[in-house]
Amino acid sequence: MSTETASVTTSPRDRMRVRRVKTSVARERARRFVNAGMLGLTGLATLIALTPLVWIIVEVITRGAPALTLDFLTQTFKPTSLGGGGIWHSIVGTLILITIASAISIPIGILAAFYVVQHPNTTLGLAVRFGTDVLSGLPSIVVGLFVYTLLVAGRSYTAISGAVALAIMMAPIVLRTTEEMLKLVPRSMREASLGLGAPEWKTSFSIMLPAAITGVVTGLMLAIARVSGETAPLLFTAQGSNVLSTSLDHPIASLALTLYKYAVDPDKVRNSQAWAIALIILFIVFSLNIGARFIASRRAK
Amino acid sequence: MTEQKALNLTVTGAKSAPAPAGAPKMKTDGLSIYYGAFRAVAEVSMPVPDRKITAIIGPSGCGKSTLIRSLNRMNDLVSGSHIDGKVTLDGEDLYGPGVDVVDVRRRIGMVFQRPNPFPKSIYDNVAFGPRLYGRVPKAELDDIVERSLSRAALWDEVKDKLKQSGMALSGGQQQRLCIARAIAVEPEVILMDEPCSALDPVATIKIEELMQELKKDYAIVIVTHNMQQAARVSDFTAMMMMRPDRAGEMIELSDTQMIFTKPKDKRTEDYVSGRFG
Repeated sequence: MSTETASVTTSPRDRMRVRRVKTSVARERARRFVNAGMLGLTGLATLIALTPLVWIIVEVITRGAPALTLDFLTQTFKPTSLGGGGIWHSIVGTLILITIASAISIPIGILAAFYVVQHPNTTLGLAVRFGTDVLSGLPSIVVGLFVYTLLVAGRSYTAISGAVALAIMMAPIVLRTTEEMLKLVPRSMREASLGLGAPEWKTSFSIMLPAAITGVVTGLMLAIARVSGETAPLLFTAQGSNVLSTSLDHPIASLALTLYKYAVDPDKVRNSQAWAIALIILFIVFSLNIGARFIASRRAK
Repeated sequence: MTEQKALNLTVTGAKSAPAPAGAPKMKTDGLSIYYGAFRAVAEVSMPVPDRKITAIIGPSGCGKSTLIRSLNRMNDLVSGSHIDGKVTLDGEDLYGPGVDVVDVRRRIGMVFQRPNPFPKSIYDNVAFGPRLYGRVPKAELDDIVERSLSRAALWDEVKDKLKQSGMALSGGQQQRLCIARAIAVEPEVILMDEPCSALDPVATIKIEELMQELKKDYAIVIVTHNMQQAARVSDFTAMMMMRPDRAGEMIELSDTQMIFTKPKDKRTEDYVSGRFG
């Protein structure tokens, strides 16, 4: 039938059209098949990627929830023979570590970001950029080892050394996100301010930073979320502790360290407490991430 | 000028006395401007008379913006840019050693091509400059804001919403806000880099009327693509043109009347009559 059609038509243009119709039927079937196959594959890959996340959340909640009581949050360490106590000391320790780490890394990160944005092609600007890339890819245990050699070896484990280790992890994140946000501020803002005779520092802090502030805060929250579960850099710096301590020159507890200690404890009570701590850390990280997203979405409006 | 004294806002080292008769407020002397090795503007010598409007016209890419931005050293922000020759304000070399670039920009204000109000309230936009000089009493600051907005012909439109964001205004209002912001620090010269190119005709007319008011107190330099605008507003017109080596040069500078009726240079005549460019 198709040959008939072809023989009836005369002009090359018509022959071409017929050819197109004939091939397109077969091609379309194949195309649909491939399309469905690829769609299925991408969907499957997404599912596989999501599985561990969902699995982890379900596992942490089901195993952690039973041990998560008010006493667990408000008491400090007790032997398991006395009920095992709580993790108040670790919560306080984590808060102290993160506060000091933020106090060190946020000013450094933000100030360095201003330098990098304003002097992108200087030797120092390029070096800082390259350095932060390397630093943010550095395994956290290496950071811990470095701080250990610098501040701990030959002396004692201290809270401040743990905070320094966390600050080293945070600074590149703060720097990079602040840098990206400052770059988004229109150049005309900076020119308007400088054109009025505002000095560079005044321009940076009264015009550039406020214009970028929501993005910067989002970055800060993500940086805090990133280090709030860090264990490796604290192992041989803050070391962990069973007592409530607020002193900076003594070992200090942290949630992640206590989790690590309890997870490898032969005692079943400790193991379930470890799951409860995991649930708390998960909650903190989730809240910070969701908070960051919330701020970012408000800025978009 | 007496107002300025009452304001107590005079910049340290600023010479607010009018230039001696005959001497221009500003002057460039054999000014060449480079971006790296590339010479963008070649040997421009141009006076900027006080209380007059000087327009710079010429085809795209001839270095008009580069030239005007070098007058208050905004070009310093472009890395690799440097100049040869001289730019003087009241005879003082602006690129000389020991000259504070911040001070230069306080004495020579600038209005940009696109309105660029800060993401702050209308009040804070205008108050930003005066606040750079330290704490200003609230009553005095209110006064500065009102007078600057009035002089920028914007007061009546915004007096009831000074706390609103400057970004919420229309384009033309934003540009007048930027002018108010620039004059709030009582500069001696105002540079305008194509101030109307992003505005509609009605807003453009408003800005042009405003310029006529402002020239009673300031030396004004305006870069414009719009020859009618140059003809309408300016007292003097400078014609720039790109040389074969792509450096911009000033081929003619005289009374605006002369430039548009009896230009000396054939290229100026071709340009102003719309034959090219």
